[in-house]
Amino acid sequence: MTDRNFAYVRTEEAPRMPPPSDTHGPVHWLKENILSTMNDFSSPAKTVKSVVMMLLTVLSVLSAYAVISGMLTFLVVNGTFSIPEGVSGADACRENGGACWPFIAAKMRLMIYGAYPGEELWRVDVVYVLLAIGIAWVVWEKAPARGLVGALMLTAYPIVAFILLTGGALEGSWGAKGVWAVIGLALFGVGIAADKGVGGEALNAFSGAFKAIGGLLVGIVLVGAIFSIEFGLEPVRTSLWGGLLVTFVVALTGIVASLPLGIVLALGRRSQLPVVRMLSVIFIEFWRGVPLITVLFMSSVMLPFFLPPDTEFDKLLRALIGVALFSSAYMAEVVRGGLQAIGKGQYEGGMSLGLSYWQQMRLIILPQALVLVIPGIVNSFIALFKDTTLVLIIGLFDLLGAVQNQALKDPEWINPTAGTTGYIVVAFMFWVFCFGMSRYSQAMERKLYRGHKR
Amino acid sequence: MTDVSAAEAPSDRRSKMQVSDEVAIQITNMNKWYGDFHVLRDINLTVYRGERIVICGPSGSGKSTMIRCINRLEEHQKGTIEVEGIELTNDLKNIDRIRSEVGMCFQHFNLFPHLTILENCTLAPIWVRKVPKKEAEDTAMHFLEKVKIPDQAKKYPGQLSGGQQQRVAIARSLCMKPRIMLFDEPTSALDPEMIKEVLDTMIELAEEGMTMLCVTHEMGFAQAVANRVIFMDAGQIVEQNEPKEFFNNPQSERTQLFLSQILGH
Repeated sequence: MTDRNFAYVRTEEAPRMPPPSDTHGPVHWLKENILSTMNDFSSPAKTVKSVVMMLLTVLSVLSAYAVISGMLTFLVVNGTFSIPEGVSGADACRENGGACWPFIAAKMRLMIYGAYPGEELWRVDVVYVLLAIGIAWVVWEKAPARGLVGALMLTAYPIVAFILLTGGALEGSWGAKGVWAVIGLALFGVGIAADKGVGGEALNAFSGAFKAIGGLLVGIVLVGAIFSIEFGLEPVRTSLWGGLLVTFVVALTGIVASLPLGIVLALGRRSQLPVVRMLSVIFIEFWRGVPLITVLFMSSVMLPFFLPPDTEFDKLLRALIGVALFSSAYMAEVVRGGLQAIGKGQYEGGMSLGLSYWQQMRLIILPQALVLVIPGIVNSFIALFKDTTLVLIIGLFDLLGAVQNQALKDPEWINPTAGTTGYIVVAFMFWVFCFGMSRYSQAMERKLYRGHKR
Repeated sequence: MTDVSAAEAPSDRRSKMQVSDEVAIQITNMNKWYGDFHVLRDINLTVYRGERIVICGPSGSGKSTMIRCINRLEEHQKGTIEVEGIELTNDLKNIDRIRSEVGMCFQHFNLFPHLTILENCTLAPIWVRKVPKKEAEDTAMHFLEKVKIPDQAKKYPGQLSGGQQQRVAIARSLCMKPRIMLFDEPTSALDPEMIKEVLDTMIELAEEGMTMLCVTHEMGFAQAVANRVIFMDAGQIVEQNEPKEFFNNPQSERTQLFLSQILGH
């Protein structure tokens, strides 16, 4: 045993120094990320590993080169950009053997507007431009009145877009509208009276439901009334819509409808009320259990058999409803995942302050749960955006359908590379939109991150 | 730990505070079960306005469950609880009314991490009391100053220390101008250095005459502030007395054992 003296008192501050120079900078990065796996020759086994890593590196660089140079050769070097005098476009493309760009230029209108009549194209343009401005406005963080613009995009914009695209002036009896409006107002009135205590405790508990249903009815009648106003626009049947227009209409309707519906379904599935919970489970499991293609096919082929013979039920509208319900079932499960991640303490904190169930959900639980599942939500949005191509099965021509079933069927443009070029352009357009959504979601995640791990 | 605040809070300060005859909480023959397990047995307790009651007891004795019944975070199955003259039944309106009169602080604070400190404090006044935003913010700043963290108002809960978070939680409850405050082990999740700042805030609150029920193991706090100490074991109230008697002359064997265990080390 030795006597050790452990007593120690620090008398001066240890200096704070920058990290040593070999722990950062480009050389360090190269060492860490590239060379570290292939510069160890201290034993035979490690030498073999280093050599294999070197070979793999060389191989990947070579294959990347092959792919990129092949693409460039097809798209640019051998590509046809203009048609010489006296030669048809198809022949010019056949001659060069590369991408057929004149074909894309000639079919651009089809890809963007479908068969929408030429003199009415400005209406689609207005819808596109308003959409672009609206999205840019809401996404741009420093823009003034973002909340107002966002609200308008969700309420006024769909109405304006509907009227512009279809021409509005829907038929429908004003009498029926009046009856529904009166019913709606009556329900709303009952709700307000119940709130004031008329009708006792039992009615009081349902005042919110009365007001919500009444308000919804009045809203629907109001929108219906706006749709039946005559604006003097030429009506355009939805069978003429196509290309990017159909892709956007289907995808945006699905996205905008599926999030609120999904939230309601997710809350329903976690509800204490057995009936609400069971209905939500049945809805979700039904729609998750069938493929989208079946849903679309049923809506287009089978549904007319169940409806009265002369009911006119727009094909695009049926597809929209099918897509919205289908994606809301998926959204519900994504949102439920987020709800489950929120601890019991958050509910109790809200309860102890006297907040009602809906206030707790809206102000405390959902803002946290939805931020947690942004990746899952955007994943669903992206999947939905690409799934819109399936509307081809019921004879609607979206972006892909317009190229595949309309542009490529044009006898004037029959040549070996038109198809490849068309598909590449379609793939690129889809990629741009999906990548945009993905990047935006990542930015949102970063912005809304509060470091709340407590 | 036991003498944190006893030293600086002379026991005669307690006697200055009068307990009124007005009943704030009346619990009569209350029983509660978790499934088949009888967690609370025959609880009878009357709390008068201005009382500062400390509830202690071994873990699993039902003390948290009891105070959580008072604002209906837990439902009781038998007996009655009346808070501010309103009986707790399944009527949601009554429950919401009681909850807005009764503030509560939790062991893990339960602040809302997605809101700033100020927003945490103004949320309930704005949405439950319908107070205008400006007024709610003024009230919030007043109480944040009172708990000595007005400069953190724009930060998020995750950026604050545990002690600061618990003080925000107290301020958040006070913004609802409650008549009763419940504390469920408010210092159990805190480092020793931070316990004092939270206890000081609670002592200040007690001095202003707030009716308080506090589940805690801080016996120094009990001696300094409480006018009554309740000892619970196995779902029953075993003993209650004024602090001096309770600590110096415990009657039941169970209480003696408990006190010797927590004060012995």
